Amino acid sequence: MSEEVKMPQMGESIAEGTIVKWLKQVGDSIKRDEPLFEISTDKVDAEIPSPTAGVLSEIKVKEGETVPVNTVVAVINGGAAKPTEEAKEAPPKPETAKAGPASEEPKKAAAPAPKQEPPKEEPKKETKKAEPAPAQPDPGQVDATSTDELRRTRSSPLVRKIAEEEGVDISQIEGTGIGGRVTKQDIRSFIENRGAASKESPPAKAAEAAATAAPAPAAPPQRAPQPSRAQAMEAGPQPFAEGDRVEIEPMSIMRRRIAERMVESRHISAHVTSFMEVDFSKTAKLRAGLKAEYERDGVKLTFLPFIIKAVIEGIKKWPIVNSSVWGDQIVYKKDINVGVAVALDWGLIVPVIRGADEKSLLGLARAVNDLGERARTKQLKPDEVQGGTFTITNPGIFGGWSGTPIINQPQVAILGVGAIKKRPVVIDDAIAIRQIGVLALSFDHRVIDGAVADQFLATLRDVIEAAEYTS
Amino acid sequence: MQAQRMVTPASQTQRLCEARWLAIVGYDDGLHLQESAIEHLRSGEAPEQLLLLEHPHVFTLGRGADSSNILADPLQLQTNSVEVHETGRGGDVTYHGPGQLVGYPIINLKPDRCDVHRYVRDLEEALIRTISEFGVTGTRIKGLTGVWVGNDKIAAIGVRIARWITSHGFALNVNTDLSYFNMIVPCGITDKGVTSLSRLLGSQIPMSDVARVVSSQFAQVFEREILFSDFPSPATSVQA
Repeated sequence: MSEEVKMPQMGESIAEGTIVKWLKQVGDSIKRDEPLFEISTDKVDAEIPSPTAGVLSEIKVKEGETVPVNTVVAVINGGAAKPTEEAKEAPPKPETAKAGPASEEPKKAAAPAPKQEPPKEEPKKETKKAEPAPAQPDPGQVDATSTDELRRTRSSPLVRKIAEEEGVDISQIEGTGIGGRVTKQDIRSFIENRGAASKESPPAKAAEAAATAAPAPAAPPQRAPQPSRAQAMEAGPQPFAEGDRVEIEPMSIMRRRIAERMVESRHISAHVTSFMEVDFSKTAKLRAGLKAEYERDGVKLTFLPFIIKAVIEGIKKWPIVNSSVWGDQIVYKKDINVGVAVALDWGLIVPVIRGADEKSLLGLARAVNDLGERARTKQLKPDEVQGGTFTITNPGIFGGWSGTPIINQPQVAILGVGAIKKRPVVIDDAIAIRQIGVLALSFDHRVIDGAVADQFLATLRDVIEAAEYTS
Repeated sequence: MQAQRMVTPASQTQRLCEARWLAIVGYDDGLHLQESAIEHLRSGEAPEQLLLLEHPHVFTLGRGADSSNILADPLQLQTNSVEVHETGRGGDVTYHGPGQLVGYPIINLKPDRCDVHRYVRDLEEALIRTISEFGVTGTRIKGLTGVWVGNDKIAAIGVRIARWITSHGFALNVNTDLSYFNMIVPCGITDKGVTSLSRLLGSQIPMSDVARVVSSQFAQVFEREILFSDFPSPATSVQA
């Protein structure tokens, strides 16, 4: 059923209107209340919404023409918008686990005005995307633990008492009683055979109670084990009481390594973090201008290459930031190898861009893309995660304002980049809106003093705000 | 930073409108603020707004604009740091700059003010009453929207309406550097001049004072209860 669109009366004394712009072409589908055309009358430009949903089938009055009020200016075929149009708007299926700020832009096709009838598929898909898959514990683990609990709770008090006295973990014992219960017999024979059996105990659970020697993990051969590392891995007192509901899972090798390194780093360096607010607006503009060009080469351009360029300038001015401490000596590194922390589903890794100061902006962008991609697909080579002299990390990736990163030993500084977004700021006593991001520099106060750190940050800020990067 | 209520005599259950004096705001930023205010008004998250501000030097072209009305060549504009923007408002070309009070009423003309002519006339009325408080008599000229003092224009109007929610608005010359108008033919009108409060009164007037008066007169003419503040309210500051 077709519907006529008429020139509306915009005021009592108004007798005509001029079509300034058609916002839809013949053949376009339109929703009810979606802006259809613009008219002007006496210094007022009015957006006129469509009275119905359908397809614009005819435009009777062209742009620039003036007609009396109530003249039919267009015709819309009645009926709901075609389902295919709606489907086109639905976002692509969630692919990678890398969720978060993934594109919420598929609504481009719809009108800018608030939508009356959003496509129903969208909300579901978006909630799916919004939940990044957390690291799943091994299914095997879950079963084992619930049986453990069973054993623990269903063994008789006497058996539990014996276990306690003898320093035995009931869950280590195969129960022959009902439902896997550990009987008195079971525990007695376990104790007798303990000397022989200890080597065959099931895959070690990390935290053991008053048990015998804590399992000492094999320290990675590369470095002499630091006292702090052993400290980190020492089991210590049991952090839960008997009867608490817990699920114990051994750390993966990566997790163990990260745990060791983090504590160790804190013990080695005198950590201080300084912050600097940076106006990214000019750089953002530059980036916007280059994006399309880079994309044609298959390179995604983020803010990171620009930040790396700024870091390089900062290091040239303040070489102490690119050094290491060796006993009572300072080792200044001549090469600038920038590590970029990449969050993985299963942990964290820092691939390194070697000779970052010798790369162009495009080269840096390529390297960032490439290393990130290969980090996520576990294709990095060993030498690509070594030899870094400075690290950049991204606490802003999920919108965080800033963070206090831990220095990646044996470096002496690490830069955390917060979320870059539009914020109100004061410029020349007026309120303006700029794209602001906070840079956080954690540095080793053994060799970098606050003033140097601040000046380094100031250099970064100046480079980014000037946005005159060497290509 | 206290907001002041400007109560008019019959202010029982009048619609609330927040008037905010924002000082200098970039033109683009002003557009974003308007978009944001429109959205929030539509969704009910925020009340009507009367945004009062100044722009850095900029020429803007309305929908019906004739670009031959900008007399300066692009290079001259650049050296004078003047931006040029095309906009979605009605009207021809005009100039905004420091010293000029720009007002963007973002209000809903429903249910009883759905008349575009009436809206423009009401804006003129509010501005005429405003300058009268400073001792200047303004008038209308039939067929020429805006507020005039003799043959010189002191306030320009260019408005956009979408589903009866207004945007863009007016520009009142308070301490404007009128020489910038030499670069354009304002509103396509060649034989009329421009003027400002400071030129007519012989001295500069504080912008925030004029902002307050405009808000108060706006409240009267539009029968709104105005909540005036000198800073943007947190709820409606521009979101990224």
